[in-house]
Amino acid sequence: MKYLVCISKVPDTTAKISFKNEDKEFNSDGVTFIMNPTDEWYALVRALELKEASGGQVTVINVGPKDNEKFLRSAIAIGADDAVLIEANEETESYYIAKNIAKYAQENGYNFVITGKETISFNSFSLGGMIAEFMDLPFINQATQWMLNGEVSTIYKEIEGGEEVLEVTGNCVISAQKGMAEQRLANMKGIMMAKTKPLAIIPIALGEEKVQVSQYQVTPPRGNCKMFTLDQIDELVQALQSEAKVI
Amino acid sequence: MVLVFLESSNHKIKKNSLEVITYGKKIAKANNGKLIGIHFGALDDSDSCNKYGLDKLFILNEPVFEVFDSRLYTKAIKAVYLAENCQFAFFGFNLNGKALSARLAAALDGGLVNGANSFADLNGGFKVQKTIYSGKAIATYQIVAQHKILSIASNTVSIEENPSTCEVVNFNSGIAASEVKVKKIKEEKVAGEIPLAEADLVVSGGRGLKGPENWGMIEDCAKIIGAATACSRAVADAHWRPHHEHVGQTGGAIAPNLYIAVGISGAIQHLAGVSNSKTILVVNIDPEAPFFKAADYGVVGDAFEVMPKLNEALKKAKGV
Repeated sequence: MKYLVCISKVPDTTAKISFKNEDKEFNSDGVTFIMNPTDEWYALVRALELKEASGGQVTVINVGPKDNEKFLRSAIAIGADDAVLIEANEETESYYIAKNIAKYAQENGYNFVITGKETISFNSFSLGGMIAEFMDLPFINQATQWMLNGEVSTIYKEIEGGEEVLEVTGNCVISAQKGMAEQRLANMKGIMMAKTKPLAIIPIALGEEKVQVSQYQVTPPRGNCKMFTLDQIDELVQALQSEAKVI
Repeated sequence: MVLVFLESSNHKIKKNSLEVITYGKKIAKANNGKLIGIHFGALDDSDSCNKYGLDKLFILNEPVFEVFDSRLYTKAIKAVYLAENCQFAFFGFNLNGKALSARLAAALDGGLVNGANSFADLNGGFKVQKTIYSGKAIATYQIVAQHKILSIASNTVSIEENPSTCEVVNFNSGIAASEVKVKKIKEEKVAGEIPLAEADLVVSGGRGLKGPENWGMIEDCAKIIGAATACSRAVADAHWRPHHEHVGQTGGAIAPNLYIAVGISGAIQHLAGVSNSKTILVVNIDPEAPFFKAADYGVVGDAFEVMPKLNEALKKAKGV
């Protein structure tokens, strides 16, 4: 089986977010970037586990500037066999990211495309669904477990108020969330190998713009927190009722 | 024309779908167009359809739609969308809505904003906001593509009545049984619980509660006000509570009207999952807990002293 794992680059979870160029551009000064956690911990590691169990190839892919090569090398260090960087500018739309990944997956005969459930940057949950549509494949989103027996995937996912187990026959696209696997750290051998394994760089194909960012802004802080003591619980409940009007 | 994807529970349209209807109705009115609903499976809720302003409702009840499969659903939605000359398709920002909106955007070469949380600004285009960087920032997007697709975060609009006469159409997609690639093997629902993703009110507990045996006061509180229960990552990882209750960066993201956090310090990863809540009440023994900076109301105190008192006061206020 051939697995294509999508790896996004995102600001570290604890990064302070700010914008520049009249709030039209992300300010990356002093920001540490990481592999998107759900891509790394769940999508990549589960693909590696399945490959280790029954053979195949795990390729990691990113759409972004050339510098993103280092995140793909980190993914190789964790265990991926090779990598593809579709060279594009930082703010490429999901639509074109998905379209280019889908095209690559199709032309190179991948059986499964796996993403994290969302990026912690744009929180859009869009990529997997779009890739699946471009490839005309089933898409199981926010999966928590994935077993593979021959051609048949057994996939668990949390649903509202419970859990369901699905069976998908043949190729599909999966977005992974917590439960799917455990984070894996690169070992020395992996880090050494990462430099020598193949990494292809190919150009992106773009078309008409679909969505533009017109403005970014940092979320305004909440007003001051109103504090109540243990003796003022009645007043607190009253505030919830008549001021916040939430109960 | 505006197409809205509707979900139901016990044959009644869900609250989040009613919000999507309200959103869609406003856009339809602004464009002098009609509001068209699409629902998979039988629905017995003509009251809501007429009350909230649907002009037409497509019901798709073929066996191929028995199990949710975003691939087949999208084929059918696209067919209705094109047949009705739509320009807009709106979904709820939930598990199925997110999968369908992304697929439909690809299928129509449209422009998508998943998780829109403002009403669209129609002056000079179609602008809509969503939160990014796990709640730390807000982006305003302009959809320039002809087909505009949104999934809409809950509580973005309040449900409004808009009386109409809704025509019901039973639509046959003609999708062959051989196209079915997804089978459901098992489904387990936790009986009697309010699903977290849809809850207006959520009471959540963290490590400060010291052990699973102390969750009674969280559950009591939830019961008194009709809330769902949630927990922090540490609690789910320690198996004090089931994983589906975990909210935060790696768990679920929620946006209820009221989020009550008890014994949760408010690490940035936790805030990422709850910062879109309308009102946040924090109960924590540590006055320096970072959560107070992200809260509207706070009580510094031992949960074991505060919660029984809070529950009594809530009981009184709710008359239960």
